[in-house]
Amino acid sequence: MTTEHLVEINNVNFAYDDRPVLKGMNMLITKGQVVSIMGGSGCGKTTLLRLIGGQLQPTAGSVMVAGKIINELGHDDLYHMRRRMGMLFQFGALFTDLSVFDNVAFPLREHTDLPEPLIRDLVLMKLHAVGLRGARNLMPSAISGGMSRRVALARAIALDPMLIMYDEPFAGLDPISLGVIANLIRRLNDALGVTSIIVTHDVQETLELVDYVYFVSEGMVVAQGTPDEIRESTLPFVHQFVHAEMDGPVPFHYSGKPYAEDIGLGEPGG
Amino acid sequence: MNPVVKAIPNVLRGLGGWAINGVWWLGHVSHFLLETLIHSGTSFRRFNLITREIYFVGVYSLIIIIVSGLFVGFVLGLQGYNTLQKYASEQALGVLVALSLVRELGPVVTALLFAGRAGTALTAEIGLMKATEQLSAMEIMAVDPIARVVAPRFWAGVISMPILAAIFSIVGVFGGYFVGVVLIGVDEGAFWAQMQAGVDIFDDVLNGEIKSLVFGVTVTLIALFEGYDCYPTAEGVSRATTRTVVISSLAILALDFMLTAFMLGGW
Repeated sequence: MTTEHLVEINNVNFAYDDRPVLKGMNMLITKGQVVSIMGGSGCGKTTLLRLIGGQLQPTAGSVMVAGKIINELGHDDLYHMRRRMGMLFQFGALFTDLSVFDNVAFPLREHTDLPEPLIRDLVLMKLHAVGLRGARNLMPSAISGGMSRRVALARAIALDPMLIMYDEPFAGLDPISLGVIANLIRRLNDALGVTSIIVTHDVQETLELVDYVYFVSEGMVVAQGTPDEIRESTLPFVHQFVHAEMDGPVPFHYSGKPYAEDIGLGEPGG
Repeated sequence: MNPVVKAIPNVLRGLGGWAINGVWWLGHVSHFLLETLIHSGTSFRRFNLITREIYFVGVYSLIIIIVSGLFVGFVLGLQGYNTLQKYASEQALGVLVALSLVRELGPVVTALLFAGRAGTALTAEIGLMKATEQLSAMEIMAVDPIARVVAPRFWAGVISMPILAAIFSIVGVFGGYFVGVVLIGVDEGAFWAQMQAGVDIFDDVLNGEIKSLVFGVTVTLIALFEGYDCYPTAEGVSRATTRTVVISSLAILALDFMLTAFMLGGW
């Protein structure tokens, strides 16, 4: 472990029951950078975030965060480590029975004994950072998807984490909301001096934003580099992904019987 | 080979699988209960968490409990009078209504209604929190969902059930009084005096309350476990909710039989 890497994934294997998801994954996340993990749906990206957060245990290998092997930590140490992590879930995962204000205040109230006026000030500061100070009294059901994610982002930074993980932060957003979220990710990363990991398959938006990219396919890192290196990559998988081509190493058709046989045409000439 | 003989291995295999699944489920529920008890400290340090849940599972169940208690009391009054008058013992209506309610119907019907009203709500709520990643979000925020979400609801259910059962029985007695004394004309003095003489505070009232406490633990535990363990999809939550009602109801009836056997046998 070098001090410049906040997260080290060393030869990690993971399987859901008998279905292998990660196969010998290696990854280094440098402190202070915004790093993106890209790949198709179901390639193990979100699983990787859950391994970093200690919600899943690798079947082999190690996940190291800030010099500590996450998969070897006990319950208390793991929970202590998690206080220094923030995570933005795909659809925000706001607590639906709490208002916007109370959602952001939740981690502060759970982990600190700060007096309520101070919590109020801190929450308003966090909400101001994501532009939603005025929405503090609304319930999660009354705000849009993009706003939910901004509130979730304010909640994720409530305890000033060292690492923020984003699970599909751009999925299902209109272009304006998407631009707002992308801008916030970069700004917060630089202003707070944190490290950010973005799991996504929105290529163009992400390449504009990040410092480094890992491409994952079938549970392994198949390509990595800076956004410029990725754009110029000639690797077939990366090329198909970056240019959104229908067919390539990732086939358009799900594997099955030949088409002619399936629709009962039989052998040609038969 | 005879088809019946041929089917035997499959039947045995099915029974074996069912038994293994049952033991597996019991093991998981026991582990879940242990985890809940271990992580209950937060709930008692911040009792307002439990109070809030008592409001949702207990107070919201009041209407259905009161209305059901009243009608069960009415029916007991009618049926009891109809049978007792054949033996010219209609003065014993009070004790019949009270004992039926306090010993059996109060705890059992309350628990069945509680499973349908509050148990399903708990399962659906926790299941949806899981499906919308709220529980995961809590874990990543270093807040243990068992301590913060499950334990307060568990204790709320355990505290609410005996109180609801007592309310059910009290309302039921007044239901029986209304039909028996006010409508049919059974002697009021006999109704209350026989009840006072025939109902024992320990053998009847306390045993009934012990039953409802056991049912409270059982129903709330099953509801919370099914929600926490459900497959995080719409179908998974719906299946878990159904399982809560089915398993809770069967468990209540089976436990009621066992507890009654113990109680009548003097433990």
